Amino acid sequence: MIKFLIKGILRDPSKSIIPIFVISIGVMVTVVVSGLVRGVLSDVVDSNANLDTGHLKIMTKPYANNKDQLPNDLAILDLSELIDSLKFSYPDVDWAPRIKFAGIIDVPDKNGDTKIQGPTLGLAYSIFNKESNELRRLGIENSLISGEIPQFENEILISNEFANKLNLNLGDEITYFGSTMEGSMVFEKVVMSGTIKFGTPLLDKGSFIMDLSYAQKILDMEDGTGELLGFLDKDIYNPIRAEEIKKDFNKKHINSLDEFAPIMLTLRDQNDLAPTLDLMDLITGIFILVFVLAMSLVLWNTGLMGGLRRYNEFGIRLALGESKPKVYTFLLIESAVIGTIGSFIGTILGVSFCYYLQEVGMDFSDEFAGASIVMPSIMRAHVSLDLFFIGFIPGLVSMFLGTALSGRGIFKRETARLFKELEV
Amino acid sequence: MKNKSNYINSLEMKLALKFLAIFFICIKSFSQENSFPSPRSIIKKIDFNMISKTQIITSEMIVYGKRKSRTIKSKGYSEGVNKNFTEYLYPEREKGTKMLKLDDRLWIYSPSTDRIIQLSGHLLRQSLMGSDLSYEDMMEERKLSEIYEAKIVGEDKIEDRSVWKMELTAKVDDINYFKRIIWADKERFVPLREELYAKSGELLKRISFFDIKKTEGRWFPRKMNYKDVLKNGKGTDFIINEVRFNVAIPVEYFLKSTLKE
Repeated sequence: MIKFLIKGILRDPSKSIIPIFVISIGVMVTVVVSGLVRGVLSDVVDSNANLDTGHLKIMTKPYANNKDQLPNDLAILDLSELIDSLKFSYPDVDWAPRIKFAGIIDVPDKNGDTKIQGPTLGLAYSIFNKESNELRRLGIENSLISGEIPQFENEILISNEFANKLNLNLGDEITYFGSTMEGSMVFEKVVMSGTIKFGTPLLDKGSFIMDLSYAQKILDMEDGTGELLGFLDKDIYNPIRAEEIKKDFNKKHINSLDEFAPIMLTLRDQNDLAPTLDLMDLITGIFILVFVLAMSLVLWNTGLMGGLRRYNEFGIRLALGESKPKVYTFLLIESAVIGTIGSFIGTILGVSFCYYLQEVGMDFSDEFAGASIVMPSIMRAHVSLDLFFIGFIPGLVSMFLGTALSGRGIFKRETARLFKELEV
Repeated sequence: MKNKSNYINSLEMKLALKFLAIFFICIKSFSQENSFPSPRSIIKKIDFNMISKTQIITSEMIVYGKRKSRTIKSKGYSEGVNKNFTEYLYPEREKGTKMLKLDDRLWIYSPSTDRIIQLSGHLLRQSLMGSDLSYEDMMEERKLSEIYEAKIVGEDKIEDRSVWKMELTAKVDDINYFKRIIWADKERFVPLREELYAKSGELLKRISFFDIKKTEGRWFPRKMNYKDVLKNGKGTDFIINEVRFNVAIPVEYFLKSTLKE
């Protein structure tokens, strides 16, 4: 029967082309919007986690209270001891110490005097530690614009925008001027081994990356760190597990008399992410729901129109002796086939476009130039398994329901009236 | 009739008493005004004590950190209001670091990198070696009488010393602190306490002056505590171990080219 129906649909394009076209477009738009919204949300979470918040973050209490000032004099000390105990208590978490420090990058002229300089934010990650996942997590290799990842301790990567502003070339020797953990002056000659694009305007403006152990040395922070970030299994954020670990850790230190006792925060506790994520989640949910409903109404209408347009055909079929339930069943199955074909085409088109947006993205760096939270400057869609199904809700179900509603008329046709209609 | 006359008498009496009260208040305030010296003469006397044509100061700065304190020793040379040279002597990490300030530009020489870095603009307002002093605070030597309008706002006592409480408001634009409140010793004309304010009216720093000693005919504080109110902690002590006024300083001290020597 299905084969017969498909033949009918293909041989009579008048009853299939428009519905399939409308369904395909509707489903494609539903899939693209869903993929894009989810992609942006997940990018915000990933960008924040990888670049700033981790899934969990440990700081000393006074550091946490003043963290915007990068108060490294309040940093965590005895770091290795802390990491050992954390590894024992929470084996599913990967711990990554990081130091953020402010200062100036000073570019000398040929006499060694200041030629140009700019304020900078130094980011110290474990680059040389082979056990560390930081290089992969931060995607440093993929973010390189020129040069290479530092091979020697005094080599640094500078954000491409900042390097251009300072007119720097690969291999240039520059001076970092800042202060140690305790406030002594730091003058350090470093070499630019490459340039990088972080993808967040906040960091692209004037940051550089240095190896953690080298930063610990020049900032007098041996076995210390400003922040200790934790990443859950497979680097996938699980808010329930993160909250569990936070509660357990903080319970152990809440009554500590040590002024510098550590405190743990989850991703949601930082950068005002909790209300932002909740709001984005809510808006996304409402948006997708409204969109799916709107598309459902459009496609329902398509089904309805398709059914009404074929009133005469049903009359003839009934007059020829076909039973009403049989005509109705045929109609429903036919609508399901058309809905499936339309949804399939729409899903293929939508997922393909989403994939393009996932790989290429849309650049919003100018719009986010002044953003104070870590926002990805390129918005990307995210192709997930549910995108292959979501389009079938408006595409198949609505078409089916629309047809079912319009097809009810079949049962109201009177045989006497049918003959009268046929005479006309 | 008698009642009416009594009423008029009591009214006249009340008026007379009010007049007398107003008269005495005026007399009192007039005599008080006259008992205050001219604010300008006070800050000129403060300038005489605190600022000289040249100064050589050997000092130590104790920075009270959250975890530990650091002592930094230095020797500073200044000439007029625009030239200042400081060489750091201790600790080892800072030893040999030199700073030269000429007008609004500051050069820092680091022996470890053999580089001279120039700082200017807002960078001069950054903390000096983690202390509560900024680079500008450390090297500013301008006469109060030339950059502020002063008025006396009251009298007070600080550790048994009678002081004038004065409010100084900037009369020039290029200034670090738009307003200062100074508690100046009535006899020795040195500040015993200062509060430094931004143009917005926000209190930025407090300075307390201790150990006032007469040196070469000037009253001069030998210890100061700077407290940046935007920072936690108990501030930074600046202790002057030796001070010499109006000594000839070789011109080379104020040349950028000699920083590396």
